[in-house]
Amino acid sequence: MPLSGAKRWLIVGIALAVLASLGSGYMNRYYLGIANDVGIAIILATSLNLINGHTGQFSLGHAGFMAVGGYFAAWLSLKIGASFSPQTAKAMFPLSLLAGGLFAALIGLLVGVPSLRLKGDYLAIVTLGFGEIIRVVAQNTEAVGAASGLKGIPQYTTLGWTFGLAAVTVYCVTSIVNSTYGRGFLAVHDDEIAAESSGISTTRYKVVAFVTGAFFAGVAGGLYAHHKQFLSPTGFDWIKSIEIVVMVILGGMGRTVGVIAAAILLTLLPEFLREFSEYRMIIYALMIIFLMLLRPGGLFVFKTKRRPTA
Amino acid sequence: MDFQQIIQQLINGLGLGSIYALIALGYTMVYGVLRFINFAHSDVLMLGAFSAFYLAPLVQKMVGPESIMGGILVFVLSAAICACIGMLIEFLAYRPLRKRPKLTVLITAIGVSLFIEYTGQHAAVFGSATRAFPKILPEHQIHLGKLMLNSNDIIVPTVTIVLLAAMWFIVQKTRIGTAMRAVSFNQQAASLMGVPVNRIISFTFGLGSALAAIAGILYSIKAPGIEPLMGVQPGLRAFIAAVVGGIGNLPGAVLGGLLIGVVETFAGGIPGLSNYRDAIAFGILILILLFKPAGLLGRATIEKV
Repeated sequence: MPLSGAKRWLIVGIALAVLASLGSGYMNRYYLGIANDVGIAIILATSLNLINGHTGQFSLGHAGFMAVGGYFAAWLSLKIGASFSPQTAKAMFPLSLLAGGLFAALIGLLVGVPSLRLKGDYLAIVTLGFGEIIRVVAQNTEAVGAASGLKGIPQYTTLGWTFGLAAVTVYCVTSIVNSTYGRGFLAVHDDEIAAESSGISTTRYKVVAFVTGAFFAGVAGGLYAHHKQFLSPTGFDWIKSIEIVVMVILGGMGRTVGVIAAAILLTLLPEFLREFSEYRMIIYALMIIFLMLLRPGGLFVFKTKRRPTA
Repeated sequence: MDFQQIIQQLINGLGLGSIYALIALGYTMVYGVLRFINFAHSDVLMLGAFSAFYLAPLVQKMVGPESIMGGILVFVLSAAICACIGMLIEFLAYRPLRKRPKLTVLITAIGVSLFIEYTGQHAAVFGSATRAFPKILPEHQIHLGKLMLNSNDIIVPTVTIVLLAAMWFIVQKTRIGTAMRAVSFNQQAASLMGVPVNRIISFTFGLGSALAAIAGILYSIKAPGIEPLMGVQPGLRAFIAAVVGGIGNLPGAVLGGLLIGVVETFAGGIPGLSNYRDAIAFGILILILLFKPAGLLGRATIEKV
């Protein structure tokens, strides 16, 4: 059966994820947790890459969408678990994730339509603002535990789910961007005025990128919720958004492989630095500054290539 | 809420708003000359408060406790220290990136901000605990009819007004102010006219950071205590104020600051809404940007091809 390159990778990715999932029983719990974190980070970074990298719209509110999806999926799981049985809730886990993603996409649409009229710094600040508003709303909503957080979320996330969905995210984002339709994202990124004059509806492309990105962020949030089993509004502040942005920038805006590598690296880095825990965050901050000074195009970019393809 | 409470809240709001306005001026000036958001500005504010925290005992030993003279000395010295820090940050982190895309500079600024915050939280520097801010100005209670005013409620807006007037004078009437406006209008043309662009940018950072330091001290006088992350919330509000007023526009920053301060104070007094305090400033921002994308006093720029 002839398959295109991207599809082949998708199948390889899912197969590996399933294999890893089967073997996860033998893994150390600590490493298992980190592996799940890595998978979730890949989903977050790849989905933000569609917005920030491919379409060139600087968003600082990604953690907000992650929060929306995470809270919604966790709330659904808890509701289903309470009114039917935990087994049903477990069987419904994919549906909860999907619902979380769709809800995040809906919020993304509501946020995106008005704010994507703005550009550059203004867009960054408005998305940051929306992210903060989402956090404050979560902090004041009793149904999801308000300020003390949502506790007792069942642990349904497995390596198979995180890496399988990471593969799906990467596949979806690259296929969208590499399709005929998806050239529009790159056109908006390269030159908005030229794109507009060529008859591309820039606003629609921006909104599509934003909603798609929000959907996957929401799914990642759902995985995160069922992995950590606890959600707290403070975990979704704008520092979290910045972490994701840094992954995209280090990976080299719009370069899928680079972004995935950066997501893995930046998730593992704090674990390596655990011995120097006092200095960990200082080193992280210094690293951001020095990378921007020395390798602003991305950590893994060695020659200047005009067009990022995949 | 009766009339007297409304006046009281209004005074509190204007006091808070004028502090926001001072911080917002720093954001707006830097944006004017460099076109990027200096995320580290809110941390300079924190450093200003900490400078005063360490300077106050020294100064009070020299000129006696809680004197006006000592207070002024603390303000001036902290402002000077922060002006140097601001210029240093610009020189080390932003100047090498002058020709790079704005996004790179923005991320660097976030990096600098995180660096100052995390370094400050380290036990060997300031530590992450909240500390009580020393009294640096004599305090009196003033009764106006039924209204009760703290002397700080008057000092804060007064200092702000004086500084705003000084800023207006510097920007509009002096040679260096003219150069600042020229750089903000068109950097390349200004440099061709013989304006030393780098020196002007450095000066702008110094001026903005000095204002941030003073705002930080004024903020700490009323705050319960100081800690390394204290700058984040007022910094964010002030930044919003700058955008609401039209970033790059000095009167706009003041207007935005007062607006955010007053609205936030009133919202804080209404039960039910007070929990959403953190979101209110952003709500105002989003509303205003939707209807006036350039801010209240900002001029819309037409993009030329």
